[in-house]
Amino acid sequence: MATLFGSGIKRREDPRLITGQATYVDDVKLPRLAYAVFARSPYAHAKIARIDVSAARQAPGVLAVYTGADVKDRLVPVPCAWNVPNCDLKIPAHPLLAHDRVRYAGDAVAMVIAETRAQARDAVDLVDVDYEPLRATADPEKATQPGAARLHEEIPDNIGFTWVVSGGDAEAAFQGAEVAVSQRIVQQRLLPTAMEPRAAVAQYNRGSGQLTLWATSQNPHIHRFLCSVMLKLPEHRIRVIAPEVGGGFGSKIPAYPDEALVSFAAMELGIPVKWTEDRSENYKVTIHGRDHIEYVEMCGTRDGTITGIRTKVYAGLGAYASTAAPGIPTILHGLVYSGSYMIPNIHGTIYGVYTNGTPVDAYRGAGRPEAAYLIERLVDIFARKIGMDPIEVRRKNFIPKDQFPYTVATGLIYDSGNYEAALDKALGLLDLKAFRAEQARARKEGRYLGMGLVSYIEICGLGPSQVAGAVGFGGGLYDSAIVRVYPTGVVKVYIGASPHGQGEETTFAQIVAHEFGYPVENVEIIHGDTDNTPQGWGTYGSRTTAVCGSAVKVAALRVKEKAKLLAAHLLEANEADLEWKDDAFRVKGSPDKAKGMAELALMANVAWNMPPGMEPGLEATAFFDPTNFVYPFGTHICTVEVDEQTGQVKILRYIAVDDCGPPINPMIVDGQIHGGVIQGIGEGLQEIAVYDEEAQLVTGTMMDYAVPKASQMPHIEVAHTITPSPVNPLGVKGCGEAGTIASAACLVNAVCDALAPLGITHIDKPLTPARVWAAIQKAKGATP
Amino acid sequence: MERPVTLNINGRNHTVQVEPRALLVHVLRDTLNLTGTHVGCDTSQCGACTVLVDGQAVKSCTALAVQAEGTRITTIEGLARGDTLHPLQMAFWEKHGLQCGFCTPGMILTAMDFLAQNPDPTDEEIRHAIEGNLCRCTGYQNIVAAIKSAAATLRAGNAGAAA
Repeated sequence: MATLFGSGIKRREDPRLITGQATYVDDVKLPRLAYAVFARSPYAHAKIARIDVSAARQAPGVLAVYTGADVKDRLVPVPCAWNVPNCDLKIPAHPLLAHDRVRYAGDAVAMVIAETRAQARDAVDLVDVDYEPLRATADPEKATQPGAARLHEEIPDNIGFTWVVSGGDAEAAFQGAEVAVSQRIVQQRLLPTAMEPRAAVAQYNRGSGQLTLWATSQNPHIHRFLCSVMLKLPEHRIRVIAPEVGGGFGSKIPAYPDEALVSFAAMELGIPVKWTEDRSENYKVTIHGRDHIEYVEMCGTRDGTITGIRTKVYAGLGAYASTAAPGIPTILHGLVYSGSYMIPNIHGTIYGVYTNGTPVDAYRGAGRPEAAYLIERLVDIFARKIGMDPIEVRRKNFIPKDQFPYTVATGLIYDSGNYEAALDKALGLLDLKAFRAEQARARKEGRYLGMGLVSYIEICGLGPSQVAGAVGFGGGLYDSAIVRVYPTGVVKVYIGASPHGQGEETTFAQIVAHEFGYPVENVEIIHGDTDNTPQGWGTYGSRTTAVCGSAVKVAALRVKEKAKLLAAHLLEANEADLEWKDDAFRVKGSPDKAKGMAELALMANVAWNMPPGMEPGLEATAFFDPTNFVYPFGTHICTVEVDEQTGQVKILRYIAVDDCGPPINPMIVDGQIHGGVIQGIGEGLQEIAVYDEEAQLVTGTMMDYAVPKASQMPHIEVAHTITPSPVNPLGVKGCGEAGTIASAACLVNAVCDALAPLGITHIDKPLTPARVWAAIQKAKGATP
Repeated sequence: MERPVTLNINGRNHTVQVEPRALLVHVLRDTLNLTGTHVGCDTSQCGACTVLVDGQAVKSCTALAVQAEGTRITTIEGLARGDTLHPLQMAFWEKHGLQCGFCTPGMILTAMDFLAQNPDPTDEEIRHAIEGNLCRCTGYQNIVAAIKSAAATLRAGNAGAAA
């Protein structure tokens, strides 16, 4: 039988998705369903002088209208769940509905419930609010300066935290350095843009006191807990269901006011209530990503040894501290400043800044792409300064493969790595020599070709829980699985994680079927419902397979252990004389004396003939808490041609070599890489959330925000190296964020290489034609 | 204010009461419970709501339901024949042309119209044809592969039918 682990079988999720049979939240319909629409502030910053909802209450079909005054004493403000220690973190109250002041354009001031969606939408226009506009800013650096608009009275300088990461002695390293380079880098705000907007359906049964909330969630157990806090409802009376979820990219991790308010309305009115964002609303109120203004420096020797990195970062938080926001630019960013390199001296100061923008939280990669970007940009700038090939600088500073586990200056212990292997493989795919020759020829013709290369690492597989606690994360980071074998031998697996497109219904079934000697069809994976899955911490941080997949494997092995004891009993053999071969426990030397899992399942479930002391049934639960993070890595290469006349960047080739350990389903792994790379290329090339001087979001629709289209994106050449991780029983690492972490930096490195003859060392992403053209004009001394 | 409209969807007539302002996509989803057609934006960029109207790919958020009277509408629910998937559905499955699946119905219907016009497209032509349908998961690569593979299957089928 072909091995299932490592096989690129078709996804088991797909038949329902390609036939229109899947149920996303907005597809959920219930008897007497009512609809919610929110009235939202058009101002980025204003005092609310008066709200009059009387006309809205009179509108056709309207069942209720709630304002901030109605809910402020009954509901708890939206909690922030990552209390990063030792950084003087200030978390201002985030009311579910603003009652005295709005702090960003989109802040909700009232909720209208009506019989139909259209009626609710019509009535929202009748909510009459007198705003007294205040000064506003969405710029995280300007917001810290004297005289800037103040968002929260108790935070005079808008600085929500000042977090310092330090290892070695960066000051001494820079003082004595032969060479130092510095750069101001803007890592623009991005709009996550899961194709499915957020939605919620809440149903409350007054008889049983049970609330059921269908929500677009990456982590229903976390949402159950946070809703319990906001609604002051005991956790066991809340059931959160994440049915089909149409992508998340981080934006469906946080707790938002909306889901709690819809639940509140359902409880108040005794009827189910649905709310679905439209895209403009999604762009205004669902979290944004990145938003860093960085001052970064690197120092080293003339022969290419990097000796230090120093940063000062203004990280925009937006108007309120979203669920995981404080941890993103700190723990998930500053701790990774070493990248793939031995950098003995590191110092970073990160300011988390409140601004009049939409709250910022985890977006694909979350903190790590920002780190990889600044490191990999600095390596290129440093290499240019000392006149050395940036590839050789990387090679020279790589942590050697025989040094793992390796402790970097910031204290992280990298579990495994072989960075040079990935680099060599990528270079082999490119044919570097041929490219450099072509580039030289092109330059003679006045054409600008460039090559960018990035050797990234990622910290993922989030756990362990003890570390989560130490860094102030308000939850655990283990995950869980129940493997339940039915009397007929088929298996259901209930998992704590909550995939939403990543394909774990397939890969996790492969893990179990592989262990049991089953066809994959015999195993079903159940997720996304807090009433039938064990406590889990969700799907994000490229953790689902490394952590929850490991729980699945451990639980499957426990089942197998019990099955083996039962097999020994039934075969009247000594357990030590049994071996698992092909698809059954067999007596060594007499392979015909055998018991397969299906037969053992039946015998365990009917319990007619159990060994003395053994309980009936065949199932096991596992909670897997890893001993460390995992550290995937890889090298990506991008080649481009830049049109000097128009500033247009054309991607010629994109090569991705990633090491995420042994792939369970290579087809799915490659799909994750494709999607990640394109998301990062979008960031590098065209995506930017723009605020104007009044902190109005200018890119508030899909007409204005440049989500990558098929015609704009390149074909990606994907390859892998395989270095198993020692921290989990599958040896796997993450692959969901890897592509995004590498590709933005890779693209910008390529464009800067192309424009090197003009003396251009850096252009801030996204590299739109206008920006590239302006940089070219500036380099040529022209006034653009 | 509401008026009756008869819509022919996946070969069956449905007479429903709609407001004149009701968009086709809302009538499909909310009135007729055909929830395979999705809404991903409010400016006609994303293409998740694409259906076929008389064989032509149309973003059903840009059409009023009353405008669709007298046309033949195909939604994702109408593609498979019993358990037999349409070659495009099959190809999306085989080539891993979807992840979260939200854009997939619209993507498949756009591809169906496109392949009817261009049965043997290049990768570049496919990428151009689907630029009105956004996908955030796949990076498009396997969607392109799926459409190309379905094109080959459909051509083989047509050649077989002609022979």
